[in-house]
Amino acid sequence: MSIEPVLFYIFSAILVTASALVVVVRNPVFAALFLILAFFTSSAIWLLLEAEFLAIVLVLVYVGAVMVLFLFVVMMLDINLAPLREGFIRYLPVGVVVAVIVLLEMAVVVGPENFGLEQMPAPARHGADYSNTEELGSILYTVYAYPFEIAAVILLVAIVAAISLTMRRRPRVKYQNPAEQVLIRRNDRVRMVKMEAEKKENKEQ
Amino acid sequence: MDILLALWNSIPGDIQTLLVVILKIVAIVVPIMLTVAYLTLAERKVIGYIQVRIGPNRVGPRGLLQPIADGIKLAFKEVIVPSKANRFLFLSAPLLALAPALAAWAVIPFDDGMVLADINAGLLYILALTSLSVYGIIIAGWASNSKYALLGALRSAAQVVAYEIAMGFALVVVLMAAGSLNLGDIVRAQEGSLIHWFWLPLLPMFVVYFLSGVAETNRAPFDVAEGESEIVAGFHVEYSGMAFALFFLAEYANMILIAALTAIMFLGGWLSPFQGTFLESTFAWVPGLAWLLGKMAVFLFLFLWFRATFPRYRYDQIMRLGWKVFIPLTIVWILVTGVAILGQLGPWFD
Repeated sequence: MSIEPVLFYIFSAILVTASALVVVVRNPVFAALFLILAFFTSSAIWLLLEAEFLAIVLVLVYVGAVMVLFLFVVMMLDINLAPLREGFIRYLPVGVVVAVIVLLEMAVVVGPENFGLEQMPAPARHGADYSNTEELGSILYTVYAYPFEIAAVILLVAIVAAISLTMRRRPRVKYQNPAEQVLIRRNDRVRMVKMEAEKKENKEQ
Repeated sequence: MDILLALWNSIPGDIQTLLVVILKIVAIVVPIMLTVAYLTLAERKVIGYIQVRIGPNRVGPRGLLQPIADGIKLAFKEVIVPSKANRFLFLSAPLLALAPALAAWAVIPFDDGMVLADINAGLLYILALTSLSVYGIIIAGWASNSKYALLGALRSAAQVVAYEIAMGFALVVVLMAAGSLNLGDIVRAQEGSLIHWFWLPLLPMFVVYFLSGVAETNRAPFDVAEGESEIVAGFHVEYSGMAFALFFLAEYANMILIAALTAIMFLGGWLSPFQGTFLESTFAWVPGLAWLLGKMAVFLFLFLWFRATFPRYRYDQIMRLGWKVFIPLTIVWILVTGVAILGQLGPWFD
């Protein structure tokens, strides 16, 4: 028997458990840590699909950068959990309705009739010299060049927008300009004063 | 001998592969651990001599057994878990710090073909794993239930995220120049002579990468995460015994890793510096591993030299250096390298 299905089921079990715990656990730091575990295991499942580029980039971007910032924020929160749980019964019916609708929608879209082997044949296994990274790169920069560029421009606009939203000069905030600090000369700050030596009247005391 | 061979052949093929891989892992990890141990001694000796002291010289001849004594001391100390600390996270944080530092060695080529996992996306794998090492620090800081530890963890998180971007962009330039993400191919692309190595065409990236590496490992002068003069010892204030020793191991293993990566990306890895000169045949007997280790030793010495020379950076200046100096510099150098490749600038890109 091949070891791949075994690995797949182990990782899927961890993934499903971790994803469920993200929603269920009370402590937000633990929720963030379980989300990291979920990202990690889904990256392992992508590796099983020979998509090593996506798998590593998932770890690099989401686990390595985004979740660090998430944890950064969540750790500084001092959440009082009691008021959060207050309206649980009151909101329960609405929540159940939304959850059922989402479940039905997902069942329609990702059901077996859309993704079965009849719709799409199983992808051929590639040898060790097959580079998923290279294939992805060449298809992104040839077939999908324009969508790729447009996505890049949209992201750039988002960066500019985020920076311009947070950058505001508040008059009372003290701000250091290192260039000015370095350029300062002694004569700008200190004045040497020549003074006559003073004599003390009584040396003994 | 025949009995051993017969025994080996009686094992099924899959298990044989597994055993060979485990043996290779041991052959990589044990020397790293020994290097870590003696790097601590080297650090104390080098900094001692820079400060006109002798350094440790009591345990064993010339103090050579000092790391062993330190190890035994740390192993037998009590591990104290602070009250109201999260026990599980508190004890798993040191493991999370050490594991990525060791796992990254899987793709490091020590000589031509001498590599545990010769994967195509080696550079990406390295980037992903070095970005994971921050979790050990963050989780340690949070799980300790101590304000100094949390402050150290937050400083470290902000710093590592900033310098990781500069590091990633520097590696993008390397992969443009080499045309491959495989570390072995990156070294092979530098073949020729000393001036064919990437340190010359990518000189600013060489500096940016190594300094970002120093910042990423939280070493002086970027060691605000520890900052003993301000926040006691930062993220590992509450740790003692083996748990503390694991953080120590992780920091030094990361230093060795950064030294190895800088040597591979910019100084031609296992390639001989005399290649292409009249001395090439004279030094042909030296194994490639020796050249790589020599280059790594230079960078490790730089780590120690920095620590003995520079005062700690101010926090806002660390951020300024990362975001406003290194990242723009790397982006500009991506353009410069692109033009150089397009113009087939010799002797690197023709």
